[in-house]
Amino acid sequence: MSPVNFVYLAAVLFAIGAATVLLRRNAIMAFMGVELMLNAANLTLVAFSRMVGGIEGQIMAFFVMVVAAAEVVVGLAIIIAVSRARQSISLDEPSELKG
Amino acid sequence: MVSPLLFWFVAFVTVIPALSLLFARKPVHVAAAVVLVMVGLAVAYVALEAPFLGAVQIIVYTGAVMMLFLFVLMLVGVDKTESLKETITGQRWVALTLAVGLGALVISVVSRLPLSVNEQPVVGEPAEVASWLFGDYVLVVEVLGFVLISAALGALVLTHVPRLYPKRTQAEVHAARIAAGANPVNQAFPGVYARHNALDAPALDPEGNPIESSVSRVLKVRGQTIDGSEFKGDTQARRRELGAKEDDQ
Repeated sequence: MSPVNFVYLAAVLFAIGAATVLLRRNAIMAFMGVELMLNAANLTLVAFSRMVGGIEGQIMAFFVMVVAAAEVVVGLAIIIAVSRARQSISLDEPSELKG
Repeated sequence: MVSPLLFWFVAFVTVIPALSLLFARKPVHVAAAVVLVMVGLAVAYVALEAPFLGAVQIIVYTGAVMMLFLFVLMLVGVDKTESLKETITGQRWVALTLAVGLGALVISVVSRLPLSVNEQPVVGEPAEVASWLFGDYVLVVEVLGFVLISAALGALVLTHVPRLYPKRTQAEVHAARIAAGANPVNQAFPGVYARHNALDAPALDPEGNPIESSVSRVLKVRGQTIDGSEFKGDTQARRRELGAKEDDQ
């Protein structure tokens, strides 16, 4: 079975992550959707790296992982700061301004 | 080439838990499911000749990132339920259509590409990855070090809460207590006898009289205290018990 199937799998995972970001109201859930999209992109990098036969794609995936770890730390800190300020982490709060 | 059995295993172990992102109600269940997705992706990396990346995936994602998510869920409250009321009309269907369309588009584009598979790939062993990381990409690794440090600093700054009132020192607390008319010294503790060391016996003052205030008010109300007087003249019997000679006394 060709490694290109893993690219299709990554596309499916990316679509699920995108749908999560668009549909869920809980900030943490949406953030997990972002993580899933990042991981799908990583899977694409590794699968293409396997098809090309080199290792550069894996190095890029490694860099993506490091940046994603840093991004998670800052993102979760922002979520904590928001939940302290508003007692809620719903992404839909601005709609209550309409009254 | 990858074994079809392995591919389908990875596909089930990643896609089905990932669907819980869309359908599960409780964030904790979703976090547990995403942990499973990350493990499945690690298996995929190992199957794609990237064993080092598979290990990093398990350590960084399942070990650090998802546990961080669980900690934050604990901090902001696990039982916050999401309102499912639609605030933008038709948002749900538009979003689902867009996501499915995106997936279909990517799959159809990739399936039209003339892709060939190299039969002798370089295996991503740790030594091989390290020679690339600290060879051609060493500058990127340095920059990533800065990124990680600034992320840690950013998290500290964002979660910092300034103190609303100045901190009270022990001396200030004590002065306030004296000003309120409290006794400045410690109260006697109950039950400090050699024979009877329990909370229900009052302490004795230097003259041998029981100090009533040393026994808990609750025990007094329940009538569970004992009178300290029976220990007052007891020293001689106590010494005899311990084997002291009569003439020592």
